[in-house]
Amino acid sequence: MAPIISVQNLSKTYGTGRKALNGVSLDIMGGEIFALLGPNGAGKTTLIGTICGLVNPTGGTVTVDGHDIITDYRAARELIGLVPQELHTDAFESVWDTVSFSRGLFGKPKNPAHIEKVLRDLSLWDRKDSKIITLSGGMKRRVMIAKALSHEPQILFLDEPTAGVDVELRKGMWEVVRALKATGVTIILTTHYIEEAEEMADRVGVINHGELILVDEKSALMQKLGKKQLKLHLDAPIDTVPPQLAAYDLALSDDHTKLIYTYDTRAEHTGITALLGDVRAAGIRFHDLDTSQSSLEEIFVSLVRA
Amino acid sequence: MNWRAIRAIYLFEMARTWRTLMQSIVSPVLSTSLYFIVFGAAIGSRIDQVEGVNYGSFIVPGLIMLSVLTQSVANASFGIYFPKFTGTIYEILSAPVSFLEIAVGYVGAAASKSILLGLIILATAGLFVPLHIAHPVWMFGFLVLTSVAFSLLGFIIGIWADGFEKLQVVPLLIITPLTFLGGSFYSISMLPPVWQTIALFNPVVYLVSGFRWSFYEIADVNVGVSLAATFGFLLACLAIVWWIFKTGYRLKA
Ligand SMILES: Nc1ncnc2c1ncn2[C@@H]1O[C@H](COP(=O)(O)OP(=O)(O)OP(=O)(O)O)[C@@H](O)[C@H]1O
Ligand SMILES: [Mg+2]
Repeated sequence: MAPIISVQNLSKTYGTGRKALNGVSLDIMGGEIFALLGPNGAGKTTLIGTICGLVNPTGGTVTVDGHDIITDYRAARELIGLVPQELHTDAFESVWDTVSFSRGLFGKPKNPAHIEKVLRDLSLWDRKDSKIITLSGGMKRRVMIAKALSHEPQILFLDEPTAGVDVELRKGMWEVVRALKATGVTIILTTHYIEEAEEMADRVGVINHGELILVDEKSALMQKLGKKQLKLHLDAPIDTVPPQLAAYDLALSDDHTKLIYTYDTRAEHTGITALLGDVRAAGIRFHDLDTSQSSLEEIFVSLVRA
Repeated sequence: MNWRAIRAIYLFEMARTWRTLMQSIVSPVLSTSLYFIVFGAAIGSRIDQVEGVNYGSFIVPGLIMLSVLTQSVANASFGIYFPKFTGTIYEILSAPVSFLEIAVGYVGAAASKSILLGLIILATAGLFVPLHIAHPVWMFGFLVLTSVAFSLLGFIIGIWADGFEKLQVVPLLIITPLTFLGGSFYSISMLPPVWQTIALFNPVVYLVSGFRWSFYEIADVNVGVSLAATFGFLLACLAIVWWIFKTGYRLKA
């Protein structure tokens, strides 16, 4: 299957000399939910902005469903709905008018039934005649989502859609996202809530200092997540792992005082009982032990720090 | 062409005009009346006639131009500056629209408002002085051309401006002086010869002259030259707008 978005070696250096993207290559598959993670200033918004036409790239190419975003921008942009990170809304227009305006701007014929559905899905229907300036921040964010959905895009970019939205509405929002995915819409989102990425995404990409440092299926990441480590604090340092214990694939800590055993908590046999028996048989004594589990957040942090 | 997008932008901008209808109409009517009281009645009673036309009537085309020029620049510059200021421009930039469509939408709305304004001032003037329009079609043609050309100029200023001060400085420092020195209230031939030559570098002279010709068939410069100059100005503005959207100047990071 051909990717719906293909980013090739994309670079962006801002006028200030700041290099925000450094040779990013990425394929997004049709119909998937892709979560883009990374610390503040990593380049997430810049990457999205470049694909959507808000930022001029300094190098590389992007195609959307085979259409180059520069030479064939019309065909490319028609497919895309964008919800930017910052709250940018009109002030004196009504919710209904601003959402209808977006549909017209994207060249779609009027369709009040569709607009109504979008507003209902986002719990905005009873505020449809309100002036935007009278809405709360969370409502404004949903208005921006409604605007992006007004023209029935095939691809939806959500740049931190849940910032400032309360828990219940956040759930509602993810329901909307799931329903969109069910109709075949491709969704690219950024978030600082890793649980959200964990819950929603099919694939996860991690970006740092303008470079994509990891792209993986979420399930593959979860595999790492399912791993636990058992550490044995030894009475006396040892030089090497004794050959009798080779089967356990143990690691020795840098200071030679800890033996580290990695196991899968979801496996039927973790092998811990046997390991402890064999350690004793090998004449190794330990005075303490602890276990720890890495979360997606930890994986993420360790990646970003590297 | 994405006609629906043009329509959406145009109607959005016009909605803004209707919301502020009172300001949009009351203030020009009021200021025009003041001009007539001051220039028409007070000064005009001494000047009497210019080139065979009574002074009050003589200044009507100039007065209309004065308002149309300043309002075109003010409205069009605000229309595009505001979304830049609030950030809502992101949507326009990410939409499948060309520079031409965006410009047609914004400039079309600003020009429509100016044309309406010109006609309102004309009607107000009719209450004070006798009006005679020799070439109504040409009159309307000049009104439309001028509104479009200066709305384009305003559009450019709105994109260029990165603060509210700049938005106000240009009309105040450039447009108003050019209009006052452009023969709104007098004939260029009344100036000393040196100033007559200098005045020919002022684009507003050609607009006012052509516009006045359509009323009274008197002109400082040939009508054909007026028309050509107006078109030239319009094309120059279009070229700048095209360049802005091509390079993303002041719009894209
Ligand atoms: N318009 C701009 N001009 C100059 N530098 C910019 C501009 N926009 C972003 N940057 C810089 O580019 C880098 C990447 O910024 P970007 O907004 O893409 O980060 P981000 O990953 O979205 O961060 P966050 O999680 O805070 O939203 C940052 O160092 C930022 O300071
Ligand atoms: Mg960001």
